[in-house]
Amino acid sequence: MPSAQPLARLERSNETMPDSLTTPEHIASTWLDASPRDARDADWLRSLMSDLILLQVVDERMLKLQRSGRIGFVGSMRGLEGMLVGAGRAIPQSDWLWSGLREGGAALIRGLPLSEYIAQMYCNSFDTAKGRQMCNHFQHAGTHYPSWSSVIGTQIPHGVGAAFASKQKGDGAVHTIFFGDGATSSNGFHSGLNMAAVWKAPCVFVCVDNGWAISVSSRDQTASKGYAVKAKAYGMPGVEVDGNDVVATHDALVSLIERARAGEGPALLVLKTYRLMGHSSSDDPTKYRDQREVDEWLAKDPVPRFEQRLVADGVIDAAFLERTFTEHRATVDAEIHVQEAADAMPLRSLVDDVYSGVPRHLRRQYNEFLRVSEKLGEARRGDGAFPL
Amino acid sequence: MANLTLIQAVNDGLRTAMEADSTVYVFGEDVGPKGGVFLATENLTRDFGANRCFDTPLSEDGIIGTAIGMAMNGLRPVAEIQFQDFIFPAFDQIVSEAAKLRYRSGGQYTAPMVIRTPYGGGIRGGLYHSQSGEAYFCHTPGLKVVIPSTAHDAKGLLLASIADPDPVLFLEPKALYRSVKGEVPEGHYTVDLSTLRNVREGEHVTVLCYGAMVPVCEKAAARAAENGIECHIVDLRTLLPLDEEGVLEAAKKTGRVVVVHEAPRFCGMGGEISALIAENCIEYMEAPIIRVTGFDTPFPNTLEHHYLPDERRVLDAIERSAAY
Ligand SMILES: Cc1ncc(C[n+]2csc(CCOP(=O)(O)OP(=O)(O)O)c2C)c(N)n1
Ligand SMILES: [Mg+2]
Repeated sequence: MPSAQPLARLERSNETMPDSLTTPEHIASTWLDASPRDARDADWLRSLMSDLILLQVVDERMLKLQRSGRIGFVGSMRGLEGMLVGAGRAIPQSDWLWSGLREGGAALIRGLPLSEYIAQMYCNSFDTAKGRQMCNHFQHAGTHYPSWSSVIGTQIPHGVGAAFASKQKGDGAVHTIFFGDGATSSNGFHSGLNMAAVWKAPCVFVCVDNGWAISVSSRDQTASKGYAVKAKAYGMPGVEVDGNDVVATHDALVSLIERARAGEGPALLVLKTYRLMGHSSSDDPTKYRDQREVDEWLAKDPVPRFEQRLVADGVIDAAFLERTFTEHRATVDAEIHVQEAADAMPLRSLVDDVYSGVPRHLRRQYNEFLRVSEKLGEARRGDGAFPL
Repeated sequence: MANLTLIQAVNDGLRTAMEADSTVYVFGEDVGPKGGVFLATENLTRDFGANRCFDTPLSEDGIIGTAIGMAMNGLRPVAEIQFQDFIFPAFDQIVSEAAKLRYRSGGQYTAPMVIRTPYGGGIRGGLYHSQSGEAYFCHTPGLKVVIPSTAHDAKGLLLASIADPDPVLFLEPKALYRSVKGEVPEGHYTVDLSTLRNVREGEHVTVLCYGAMVPVCEKAAARAAENGIECHIVDLRTLLPLDEEGVLEAAKKTGRVVVVHEAPRFCGMGGEISALIAENCIEYMEAPIIRVTGFDTPFPNTLEHHYLPDERRVLDAIERSAAY
């Protein structure tokens, strides 16, 4: 490690507590509704629109594959596209992304290849995780994006520890750590925010308050007024931004990431948004939530909202939208065809990657398994026994 | 009598306990209006009110920690952990607190409570929605560990667990939630903890199993019978404290033992049962004890049907035992 710093010499964040508690003032909670709205490059705005459409197309296709039994499960991004694109565009590939169930879309925009995204949904032999995780558990080492386990909140301290390591190594990377409103009740949230602030770790916490943790309303998850206020108690700024506003999300994240990179410590960004679909493809949300609430949020749907703004401002027109949808559908469908044809994982993958090598007891268990599989005519080429 | 699925029997058991005892409280993640992700607590909030059956914030450690406090102060909490895979944030509260409270207080304080949780594979849930973690908890003195495999037992064992003066971990085989159906008596009844159930009588090979492996072993036994091998199948039902006499009696009956569980092999129930038999009645054994188990690996996703012992693997073990 180049510039390793002993723990004892870490700056104590409480020395700078008063400053670090003031919300960075230039962070605006909205761009779409601001007046006057600051001008943005038209090409950039069009590219955001294109990304939003891509996520819609991906989600729509994944849900379709799930309904037809081709893939097992989908944690839908519907309603969250704005924050996913905003985040995906704000986090440089050289930084790290730590995520929960629904940030695959941000990863895709940021550089996770579409082929790997779809392979993961198929859990097939093209999947870099060898089909071992459930659907919606993406990873991409090339852009510093480890997969989420499934256990809510556990990634929060991981991100903090990795940020600590970045600080020790002096690699300049900032770690953006996503989690849901539900995850704020997990042990990982408390230990993660607390330790990050004590260590002044270069990380940004992003709480995606999408209204629900399965069937528990985000209002019932905490007695606090919102989630941003929680940051204060840990000694870091907390900012709430409209998560259905792609530009506002992008800007807030860029600003907090650069603040962390400058050594000013962690911050908590709360993105107010809404999960328009059920928790997953196996959830029926009508059992616990009012359609009126869904309708209110449908009116704030981040994709049409952005689209209408850009159309009104003359940045895009109907032809642009149609062309973009068609192009993305073609790309996604072509990739689905490739993934459909992939092989399932070989039997031998049952026992590898448990350790760096396959230990003797697992070789023996696998060989014994193979003896029965061969008897049953199930073993295939590549399934060969291990030498003991 | 009603013909219920295993999960309906759980729901009926909870309902029966809540009707009989106003100190029974049911809580956990999504157990309220949604009725639980598998619908075990369906309509309990509607029928008993949000004070008796309610959703908690997303904190297993909080759920079990507060359940202990409730139990110490006169309530009968029945807490749900959504999947057994997510019980580990509460491991400390279960292992260090609930299980040791009676001992460390010399019996002055106790934690009579039930932790219900679905366990096991079979739903393509990958490595965090499929685990069988019973062995971790069976290594914890002070705790009871119960696993039903029929609708009748699910209700009767649940009611016995709720009435029990000690903390009980009640593991529900999610693979059987809807695939198993049976006659369930109406009203209150209990099935004694620590008594095994004879599933099938036979004189050639004894098969010891529990939970979702019981129907798998029954199918294997039916096929073995076609070749003249009659299996004696035992459902352990309570893993801790184990019905040791019952296990030894079943082992002695045939002198040939196959133990089946879907949890990993190393330090699992199969090892404990084998040692129990070896220590107490090895002279009765006609063949080595055979374990049919999950691999000593994390739980796979797409290859789960290869990981889980199936009727053909159990049959292979039965035939090997019989032929020895
Ligand atoms: C420790 C743990 N407990 C319970 C679960 C089951 N579970 C999966 S997602 C979820 C709700 C998560 O809500 P939130 O953090 O708001 O994320 P969202 O799904 O809304 O994106 C729950 C309870 C889990 N995965 N891990
Ligand atoms: Mg949420």
